[in-house]
Amino acid sequence: MDTSVGIVTAQSAYFEKPLTFKSGAVLPRYELVYETYGTLNAGKSNAILICHALSGHHHVAGYYANDTKNIGWWDNMVGPGKPIDTNKFFVIGLNNLGGCHGSTGPSSIDPLTGKPYGASFPVITVEDWVESQARLADHLGIAQFAVVLGGSLGGMQAMQWALSYPDRVQHVLAIASAPHLTAQNIAFNDVARSAILTDPDFHNGDFYQHGVVPTRGLRLARMLGHITYLSDDAMADKFGRELRSGKLNFSYEIEFQIESYLRYQGDKFAAYFDANTYLLMTKALDYFDPARGLDGDLNRAFAAARAKFLVVSFSTDWRFSPGRSREIVHALLHNKRDVSYAEIASQHGHDSFLMDDEQYFAVMRNYLNNVAAEVSL
Amino acid sequence: MNTSIIEARPDFAAIAAWIPQGSSVLDLGCGDGSLLRHLRETREVRGYGVEINDQNIAACIANNVNVIQTDLESGLADFENASFDYVILSQTLQATRHTEALMKEIVRVGREGIVSFPNFGYWKNRMQVMLGNMPVSAEIPYQWYDTPNVHLCTLDDFENLCAHLGIRILGRHVMANGNDVLVMPNLRGSTAVYRFKRAD
Repeated sequence: MDTSVGIVTAQSAYFEKPLTFKSGAVLPRYELVYETYGTLNAGKSNAILICHALSGHHHVAGYYANDTKNIGWWDNMVGPGKPIDTNKFFVIGLNNLGGCHGSTGPSSIDPLTGKPYGASFPVITVEDWVESQARLADHLGIAQFAVVLGGSLGGMQAMQWALSYPDRVQHVLAIASAPHLTAQNIAFNDVARSAILTDPDFHNGDFYQHGVVPTRGLRLARMLGHITYLSDDAMADKFGRELRSGKLNFSYEIEFQIESYLRYQGDKFAAYFDANTYLLMTKALDYFDPARGLDGDLNRAFAAARAKFLVVSFSTDWRFSPGRSREIVHALLHNKRDVSYAEIASQHGHDSFLMDDEQYFAVMRNYLNNVAAEVSL
Repeated sequence: MNTSIIEARPDFAAIAAWIPQGSSVLDLGCGDGSLLRHLRETREVRGYGVEINDQNIAACIANNVNVIQTDLESGLADFENASFDYVILSQTLQATRHTEALMKEIVRVGREGIVSFPNFGYWKNRMQVMLGNMPVSAEIPYQWYDTPNVHLCTLDDFENLCAHLGIRILGRHVMANGNDVLVMPNLRGSTAVYRFKRAD
C-alpha cells in the first residue's frame, strides 16, 4: 500500500517586514522555504506545523519529481493514513530562518552587500523562530494551528508557540525535548562549536569568500553529535567491537566499525550542511530557557500556555532524557493544563523520535485522531 | 458505552456516586481511562490518569483522557500537595508493593482518597482457604503462582492500616454480586470502596 504523500514541491514565502531578533539585531527581509501536504479545510482549522530539529528542514515527507530518492526526513510519520495523517490535516514543514536548505541563512546572499551573510547573520533564538513561523502562518491565512509539534529542538519551538502565541495553537506535541539544556548538554554543543570555530578553513564565518568549507570542524561536530544521539546499547548492538579487516593493524586508520560509521556520517553531513547554520542551531538550543528571568521557575513560565500537550520521551535517550520531559509535564500539571505523557521503551537513544516504533506511533496516531475529530466538528 | 463500563465494574458506580460535578480527579492505575472518561462525560470532571502499561497509555489517549506514564511504586512526585479533590485507586491497592507509602501519597495529593479492593475476608475466599486452596474468584481471578496481588487484605485489615496512618474513613460501600452489603460486610462483601482523608 502506498502511503506516501507522493511528489511534493518546495515553496517560498518572502517577507519584507523587518524581523527584530531577541538579540536586538534586525533582519530587514527574508525568505522562508516550506512544503505543505494535505488540504487546508474551509474553516482553516486543520493545520499542523512541524518544527525541525538541529539538522532538519522543510522536506518532511514525500519526494521530488526530479529526485525520487530524496524522501522527506519524517516520511514514516507523515502521510495518508500515517500518524500525522495528511488525509485529515494540512501539514506544513519549513526550513527555519538561519538554515541552509533555502530559507535565509548565513550562506544566503545579503542583498545589501551582495555577499553571503556569513558571520554577520544574527544569532537566532527559538523565540525568533516562532516569530518567523507566525508570519508564515499569517502568509498562509492560518489564524490558529490545530497542532504545533516537533522533536528535540523542534519540541522546544512547539513549546515556545504555546508561550508566545497561546491563542494560536490548540495542541502542542513536544517529543524527546527538554525545558532547557543541562550544563552537560551545553558542553557537548560547545565542543561541537569549537571544532568548527578552530578549523582554519572557518575564516571567522566568512569562508564562502575564500572558496573553502570548514569540513574538518563540521565533521567532528557531527561525529560528536552522533555519539550523543545513540544509546550505548544501540551502538554496542550495531557495531560492538567489530573490526573492519578482522584484525588489529596497529595504526590510526579506521579499524573498528564504529569509527567507520562515525566518519562516514561526519563526511556525509559536512558535504551538505553549512557550518554557520550548525553554530546557530546549537546556540538556539543552548539559549532556550522559558524560565530564564523567572528565577528558573518553569511553573511560572508555563502559566501562559493554553494549549493541550502531549509529551513523549524515550527510555534510552540520554541527551534529552525522560527526566527532562517530566519537568515539562510537572510544570503543566502545576498549571492544571491538559497533558498526557508517554515514555516509550526504545533502544535508539535520542534518534528514537525519528524511528518506527509501534507504541510511539500508536500514541501519536491516537492523539491526533482525537484532534482530527475536534477540528472537523 | 458509559453505562456498560459502570455495569461491568460495580465499584466504578460506587466511586462515581461519591464524586461531585466538576471535581478534579487523579486516577491511579487508571487502565484504559474508562472511569475518567465516564466521569468527564457525566460529571464534567477534570482529571488525569496514571498508568505504567504501554497499551493502557495508548488506550487512554484514544479515550481522550489525560494520562501520565509513570510507576506508582516510585511515588507521586509529579503531583503537588492537595492538588486534586479526589485521588482514586481502583482495584489496584492489592497489587502495589509499597502500599503504605502509596496510601500516604494519596492523602497528600488528594483532599480525599477513594480506594476499592477485593475483600480477602469474603466468606467464599475463607471457604476456599479452609478447604485447602488459595482463593480464586471473579474479584481475585489469579492462581497463587501468577497473581500480581502481593498485598491482599480484609476490610478490617484496611481499616487498621488507615488508623495506623492517621487516615479518617469518611465512607464505606461494600458489595457482593453487584448488591450492597450492609450486614457483616467483612464476611459477606466481596468488594469494598472506601472514601477517606488525612485525619489532621
